Amino acid sequence: MFATFADAVILLGSLDPAVIATAWLSLRVSLAAVGVGCLIAIPLGALIGVARFPGRQAAIVVLNALMGLPAVVVGLLVYLTFSRSGPLGFLGLLFTPGVMIVAQTVLITPLIAALTRQIVEDADAEFGEQLRSLRLRPLQRVGALIFNVRFSLVVAVLAAFGRAIAEVGAVLVVGGNIAGFTRTMTTAISLETQKGDLPLALALGIALMAIVLLVNAFAAGIREFAARRHG
Amino acid sequence: MAEPTLLPISIEGVSFVAGGRRVLDGVAALIATPGITAIIGANGAGKSVLLRLIDGLIAPHAGAIRFGGRDSATVRRGFVFQTTALLRASVARNVALALAPLALARAERARRVDTALFRVGLASRAQDSARRLSGGERQRLGLARAWVIEPELLLLDEPTASLDPGATEEVERLVRAMADAGAKVIIVSHNLAQVARLAEDVLVLSRGRVVEHGSVQQVLRHPADAETRAYLQGELPWMPHAAGS
Repeated sequence: MFATFADAVILLGSLDPAVIATAWLSLRVSLAAVGVGCLIAIPLGALIGVARFPGRQAAIVVLNALMGLPAVVVGLLVYLTFSRSGPLGFLGLLFTPGVMIVAQTVLITPLIAALTRQIVEDADAEFGEQLRSLRLRPLQRVGALIFNVRFSLVVAVLAAFGRAIAEVGAVLVVGGNIAGFTRTMTTAISLETQKGDLPLALALGIALMAIVLLVNAFAAGIREFAARRHG
Repeated sequence: MAEPTLLPISIEGVSFVAGGRRVLDGVAALIATPGITAIIGANGAGKSVLLRLIDGLIAPHAGAIRFGGRDSATVRRGFVFQTTALLRASVARNVALALAPLALARAERARRVDTALFRVGLASRAQDSARRLSGGERQRLGLARAWVIEPELLLLDEPTASLDPGATEEVERLVRAMADAGAKVIIVSHNLAQVARLAEDVLVLSRGRVVEHGSVQQVLRHPADAETRAYLQGELPWMPHAAGS
C-alpha cells in the first residue's frame, strides 16, 4: 500500500499531462454545471421560499427528495434525451463534455434549489416584513433576500460542486469515458482501479481531493473577505 | 397640484383574527390631528397589529381604514420597526433599498440617500457596513430608510424599545423633525414619558378595542376610562379588580 502511495506521489510530482488534462476536464465540466445550476436553481429556490401557492408543501417535498436523485438515473434520462432517437438527439451532443455538463446540471439543480429555498425562507421570516413595508415588488424582494443571504448560499454552491465533481454514474453513462475527451477524474479512477493501475487511480484520487480542497479554500477566502467587509 | 391630505385617518370597525384569536375586535377611531399620534396599551392589546393594518402590511378581516379622500395605495408610508433589519451591505445601500420601487435616475437616488443620511447624522458612515452600526445608529438608519421616500405617513413600532437614553433622545428628535416636516406620525410605545414628550394625541387599546382616544394631556393626566387608568398605574388589565378600580 505504501509503495502504491509512493508511486502515486511520483506520478503527481511528474505532472503527467494525461492527469492534468483529466483534472482540467473534470473541473471545467463541474464548474460549468454549477454555474448553469445556480442560474436556474437560486431564483427557483428563492421563489418557492417566498411565494405562497397551492401545492407549495408538495413542491418542497419533491424538491427535497430530488436532492437524493441517483446519478446513474440522471445519466440514463439524459442519455435517452440526447441519444440518436431521443428528442434532443439531433444536437449530436452524446459522448461530449457538453452533455456531461447537462447531466451534472440536472443532478445538482435540485440540491441548490432545495438549500436556497430553506435559506431564503428563513431570511424571509426575519426580513420579509420589512421588505414588504418598503413596497418592494415581489421580484425585488426575492432579489434583496438572495443578496442578503449570498454568503450562506456559498455553502449550497459548494455542496453542489462537491456532488458534481465527485459523481461517476451520470458522466460515465452520457460521456462514455473516452480518453482525452470525456474522461473525468472519477471515471478514470474507476477505470484504472478495474485495470489494476492503483498508483494512477490513487494519484487521480489525490488530485481530485486537492481540487475540491482548493475550490473550497478559495470560496472560504472570498466569503471571509466579503463577510469582513459587510459584517 | 398638491395631493389632498391623508387626514383624517378613519379606522372603521376593524377586526383581525390570528391563530383563532380575535386580536382586534371592531376597532374604530378617527385620527384627525396632524403631528404625532401615540398608540398605547398593554402587551397583546393589538397595537402592533393595528399599526401593520394602517400600513397595509396585513389586511383586516372586517372593517376598513381610510385616508381622507385618498386612495390608500397612493399614500407614501414609511415604517420603522423595533429592530431595523439590515442588508449585508453598506449604510447607503440599505437606505437606497427603499427607493427601489421608484423609477428614479441614479443621480436623484444618490442625492436622496445623501440627504436622508445627512438628516439622521449618518452621512459619515455611508460606506460603512450597516451591520457594524450600534443599536441607536441602526434605528437612525431605519428612520433614514423611511425618510428617503419622503413619507406622508410614518409608522413607528416601539422604535426606541432597546435603546439607551441618549440614542432614544436622538431618535425622538428625528421623529419630531419628520412630523414638523409635514409627515403624519403614528407611534406605538410603552414609554409613557416618551408619549408625553412626543405625542399630540393618544389612542389607548385594551384587549383588541379602543378604550380611549384624546389629547395627550387628557389621556395621561385625566384618563376617563377605567382600563386606561389601570394601565397607566401599571396594573394588570386582565386582573378583575384593575378595570373596576
